[in-house]
Amino acid sequence: MNKFKWLVPTIYILFLMLPIYWLINMSFKTTSEIINTYSLWPRQFTIENYVTIFTDSTWYMGYVNSITYTVFNTIISVSAALPAAYAFSRYKFLGDKHLFFWLLTNRMAPPAVFALPFFQFYSSVNLFDTHIAIALSHCLFNIPLAVWILEGFMSSVPKELDETAYVDGYSFGRFFFKIFIPTIAAGIGITMFFCFMFSWVELLLAKTLTATIAKPIAAIMTRTSSSAGYELGLLAAAGTLTIIPGAVVIYFVRNYIAKGFAMGRV
Amino acid sequence: MNKTLNQKAWYFVIPVFVLVAFNAVVPLMTVVNYSFQETFGSNVFTWEGTRWFKQILHSERFHAALGRQFLFTFIILLIQLPLGIGIALTMPKKGWGVPVCLILMSMPLLIPWNVVGAMWNIFALPEIGFLGHSLNSLGFDYNFTQQVGDAWFTTVLMDVWHWTSLVVLLSYAGLNSIQPAYYQAAEIDGASRWDVFRYIELPKMKKVLTLAILLRFMDSFMIYTEPFVLTGGGPGNSTVFLSIDLVKMALGQFDLGPAAAMSLIYFFIVLLVCWIFYNLMMKDEVK
Repeated sequence: MNKFKWLVPTIYILFLMLPIYWLINMSFKTTSEIINTYSLWPRQFTIENYVTIFTDSTWYMGYVNSITYTVFNTIISVSAALPAAYAFSRYKFLGDKHLFFWLLTNRMAPPAVFALPFFQFYSSVNLFDTHIAIALSHCLFNIPLAVWILEGFMSSVPKELDETAYVDGYSFGRFFFKIFIPTIAAGIGITMFFCFMFSWVELLLAKTLTATIAKPIAAIMTRTSSSAGYELGLLAAAGTLTIIPGAVVIYFVRNYIAKGFAMGRV
Repeated sequence: MNKTLNQKAWYFVIPVFVLVAFNAVVPLMTVVNYSFQETFGSNVFTWEGTRWFKQILHSERFHAALGRQFLFTFIILLIQLPLGIGIALTMPKKGWGVPVCLILMSMPLLIPWNVVGAMWNIFALPEIGFLGHSLNSLGFDYNFTQQVGDAWFTTVLMDVWHWTSLVVLLSYAGLNSIQPAYYQAAEIDGASRWDVFRYIELPKMKKVLTLAILLRFMDSFMIYTEPFVLTGGGPGNSTVFLSIDLVKMALGQFDLGPAAAMSLIYFFIVLLVCWIFYNLMMKDEVK
């Protein structure tokens, strides 16, 4: 029985990889080959789809836009969440529990509920179609998430650390940046990973809040199905490229992921 | 941890409070505002009281979408939880297999949601997709763009593909936190594999599993992009879930009043279920 245990994860991973392989497979085919023949690998291998994406600015700017607002959002979320998480993990204050739950309710809010009001709201403050608008709107679910994960990590650091530092004559600011932040560096890394991930994969709000200038790559992809027929090869190539940033980020945090989940706070 | 009472801690929370309030309270108030009023454009509003709420609560369209939503969430929880736990139990505990499994299994979680939809669309197309072609050559009459059963099968399979890894990673982390002493004690007592699972592993995983249920409930209940790209809600309305219906009503037909009322009812349902879960979870944490 135990001899065949490895089969389960192996089969599961194969199942996960199949659609990804199919996408990559399609991305190296010409559109006419995709439509006319069925084959498990590209017969007429072509990189034309990728060339189109990298030479047409309406395509590659999509990637730049997506990465820009994702990075903005990660920075805003984590830097705002750091002091808040510290407060939640160390102090009792008026309304702390209610505030914590209220934050979480925003993680639970269906983005579809917010799509229309966000559109009107960001238009009225003249932020429509900017990177910062998407970055701010993604704070809706990323800040609660960041506070939640960071609070978990901070609570596992004993309070004696703070007290010893104060006895040694550290000011709060020096203690926080010189001692506390390095102590929970792994936690901050994991938090950044999750913020990046959720901002990267979200589309409904990003699409609603943009027209041309800040349009994310995922929204640009939808146009292949409407105009100029159905350019499957191009769609597949664009899709394949969206997998890469995620894969890179996951490679860097691979040793911490399990620990992050172990905190039970995602 | 014993926390000290310190009202100044509020200063630390202010940035978060402002940013989230800016995003949540202002738009939410807009929704509340619309839900009680009628507009014919050009910013003229008339008070409608609870008319939209009554209309939504009695509309068959809403009932149908809500029914589909609960059915979908129920099915995917029923599949993903046991499957996720099963895979986590068989995953390697040490060696080179651990990072390989973790990286490969996390892949689906990091793909933008509409790419997931597009990927599965290409994968399942009856003529040229691997899944569609294979099923058809095995003798099944499979076409997810035309048959309701097939559309549901594909949507559920896509969600299983997309999110089971989250349950796996959570369960795996829960399993890893169990001290070896528990297993040694079980061995001395001559416990069977099932007993070890039932009396040691499952209780120890309770917290992460509650979280897994909470997350999967929340996220599957607000699912929009993946089924929208995969099936567009079709064939007919058979895969129109709550978010798809809501966006159609708000941004497609611009029925602001009913859409706002529906948003609030929708949000309230999610909130209620999550509140129950949250309290269950926090009760455990206090212990």
